[in-house]
Amino acid sequence: MKTLRILIGALCVLTALPAGAASVLIKNATVHTASSAGILEHTDVLISDGKIAELGHDLKAPSGTEVIDAEGKPVTPGLFGGFSHLGIEEIGLESTQDDYSLKLGSMRPEFDVTAAFNPESAILGVARMGGITFAVISATAEAGGKGAPGGTIIAGQGSVARLDGVLVPGSHTLFVDVGGDASALSGGSRAAEYMLLDQAIGEVRSPKSLLPNDQRLLTPAGRQTLQGYLNGMGAVVFDADRASDIRQVIALAKREKLHAVIKGGSEAWRVAPELAAAHIPVVLNPLQDLPETFDIVGATLENAARLNRAGVKIAFSLDDPQSHNIRKVRQTAGIAVAHGLPPEAALAALTSNPAEIFGIASRNGTIARGRPADLVLWSGDPLEVTSLAERVFIAGQSQTMQSRQTLLRDRYLEKLRAHAAR
Amino acid sequence: MKLPSLGTLCLTALLTACAATSGKATQADKAGSPPATSSAAPSDLYPSTYRVPQSAPTLIRNATVLTGTGTRLDNADVLIVDGKIQSVGQNLQAPAGSRVIDGKGHWVTPGLIDVHSHLGVYPSPGVEANADGNEATSPATPNVWAEHSVWPQDPGFRTALAGGITSLEILPGSANLIGGRSVVLKNVPSVTYQGMKFPGAPQGMKMACGENPKRVYGDRNTFPSTRMGNVAGYREQWVQAQEYLRDQQEYEQKKAKGEKDAKPPKRDIKLDTLAAVLKGDIRVQMHCYRADEMATILDMSKEFGYHVAAFHHAVEAYKIADLLAENGVCAAMWADWWGFKMEAYDGIPENIAFVDAAPNGCAIVHSDSEEGIQRLNQEAAKAIAYGQRAGLTIPPERAIKWLTLNPAKALGLQDRVGTLEAGKMGDVVVWNGNPFSVYALADFVFIDGAVRYDRSNPALTPQSDFTLGQPAAAGVYP
Repeated sequence: MKTLRILIGALCVLTALPAGAASVLIKNATVHTASSAGILEHTDVLISDGKIAELGHDLKAPSGTEVIDAEGKPVTPGLFGGFSHLGIEEIGLESTQDDYSLKLGSMRPEFDVTAAFNPESAILGVARMGGITFAVISATAEAGGKGAPGGTIIAGQGSVARLDGVLVPGSHTLFVDVGGDASALSGGSRAAEYMLLDQAIGEVRSPKSLLPNDQRLLTPAGRQTLQGYLNGMGAVVFDADRASDIRQVIALAKREKLHAVIKGGSEAWRVAPELAAAHIPVVLNPLQDLPETFDIVGATLENAARLNRAGVKIAFSLDDPQSHNIRKVRQTAGIAVAHGLPPEAALAALTSNPAEIFGIASRNGTIARGRPADLVLWSGDPLEVTSLAERVFIAGQSQTMQSRQTLLRDRYLEKLRAHAAR
Repeated sequence: MKLPSLGTLCLTALLTACAATSGKATQADKAGSPPATSSAAPSDLYPSTYRVPQSAPTLIRNATVLTGTGTRLDNADVLIVDGKIQSVGQNLQAPAGSRVIDGKGHWVTPGLIDVHSHLGVYPSPGVEANADGNEATSPATPNVWAEHSVWPQDPGFRTALAGGITSLEILPGSANLIGGRSVVLKNVPSVTYQGMKFPGAPQGMKMACGENPKRVYGDRNTFPSTRMGNVAGYREQWVQAQEYLRDQQEYEQKKAKGEKDAKPPKRDIKLDTLAAVLKGDIRVQMHCYRADEMATILDMSKEFGYHVAAFHHAVEAYKIADLLAENGVCAAMWADWWGFKMEAYDGIPENIAFVDAAPNGCAIVHSDSEEGIQRLNQEAAKAIAYGQRAGLTIPPERAIKWLTLNPAKALGLQDRVGTLEAGKMGDVVVWNGNPFSVYALADFVFIDGAVRYDRSNPALTPQSDFTLGQPAAAGVYP
């Protein structure tokens, strides 16, 4: 990649390009639009005022525009990182540094992790350098330890965050945990999960028949929140893997007219026609292929390909909400391709599909004229592990390709070279 | 998905007679396993019952061959006879009755070796009843042996095989300062672990630095609860081991002199393990993240006179790549995991490339994961890419050593596996293309010359007993 304003050398330390409405012209790219427009060869992309101003051939650069010669390399929409604790977790295993889980022992759907979101977390910069530009910041239920109160099957709310640190309005998402791993959150039985969900929904639907205060599951604010999701204000993500649990979710979603999304879905391929008919998307981890629990005896590397073939909308996420190594989601897409998923479907599962699932398709997930410019220029095949992001744009802003990790790298590379020269 | 062409496999004859290699220890075994402190050498106890099966000679033709010695050969042939590598080169002749594989477009590598796995001791399904990897009831348990926890029906062995894994070291977990003995397995299906045990492979001893032991025991308000407590804990063990060894040696000397009242010291199976380490019979495999802690451990190994075979995880190895290389210690690493705990906060994806770049550096890609072990080749591919971005050019013939020769060195098995040199075990992977790719899949995996995995014939590799007859598992394997 050559640029007229800056040259990127292997060891060149880049600082952030100045903020503002700088225009950028990417020339001669292979543009993967992740839309019906398909792949556009030898195409120029003009970024101006935060948007994709033009897509075409032989575009002229207005004065002051940074021009990048892509030399035919791929440009894709910015990638979806999946479910994430970015900005609400600094270090795994250090509970004092984590904000994603509420352990009051009571059901509080009104709990919203985005109030804790820290756009200045150093982890965001590492994730951006991996070409990830948006993710669903997720509430995650955890059981209490040693008699201490824990969470409940309704973990709380989150929303989509752009990885430049901006929470995306209108992308509210509610997280519900069902299945074997959630029975500790529901008194010990997965049957109680559905019982409690029914009760909570009943408290919203039939306020006149509310039980006395001390027997209610929800606070007034909780009822109001759940009401919003019952009215379709956002996606309700059900963490479910076993085919029988997915069927329960399908039935519940149908009955309550929920915008349901399956998270995990290791056995989703076994109920693919039912999911397709119910228009329920699955956000899965394509790497799940071992019966790590009795809920996922049917796990297979072909899950993504089979769901796609059956007409189920899919997106990718690693199992547990990711922060530090969220960039790995791109590798999972390539592996899904190695196991039968068409490459364009894999790219859609990292871009346009999740944007649609989480209600932000008007601004993320595809490359088209007039869209906000969230895109990535890759060194090669965007699904290949040996390719790296060379440039990342979010809302038209060129993102710095320097992170805490590159600073550590450069500090110790000097030491290594000095030693080798000795 | 690219399917392997059925035409590439040409079975000229099935199971023609060939000399069966027995599982008896070869010279290399004996060299690697001098007698231990107790009556029998560690490798002779709970002995391997693995026998090399009869198999036809195999000739892989016209492939891109990464030999594991740092060499790449294009349009080359690999000949496996009697379970061993016979030769690698051009225009090799297939002996009568050979299986011939057209390697055009394919890459051939030595079988991959993972030095850090908990398959079998933390198997799938991961129910409590199967959690057998950490004897977390005391911070020093050199008396436990991982092999006594290995459940051979773990379905993860099969999925690892599909990723080209032919040998793997099963370690106890890292809850303890000294977690116990490890075992090296050949990745072959067996009802017993002895049927998988790598004949004559030295055992290892797992030790752990840092957060895990101090958290596990500190949370119980017991020793150790700090890093200084960790080091004191190891040192107390080594002092006891030195005394035990001295008592044994004095007894042997007295016995040799014919002293009738010579009485052997009371047998202690904890100290048996530690003494075997001090004698060099058991290799230390040490879980350690931070650079400063690794340096402390190196000093401790000098204090007590033993060698650390490898630091495992070694997330900060890049900060002391020179020190590790000077001490002849390998670092076994992930490509890009970081930040999941404080001691992993300084992880960088150039870690492997930096360790490799130090003169005489010994970089290993390990998994510590039932998912990661399925694609060590892709972990290496990521490290190549990040290394490249930092200005370190790593060709495939060099990177393959991270998965083959270097782990073999860390396990003390470099004379038997890890390269495609004549006389080595016939552990070979035929890939559908360049293995350093997200699309790479193993088409064939040979162990001691026998084909154990054939992507076009999944029925060749049996399912685990666990998944047999589970309705949900029907159709899992395409």
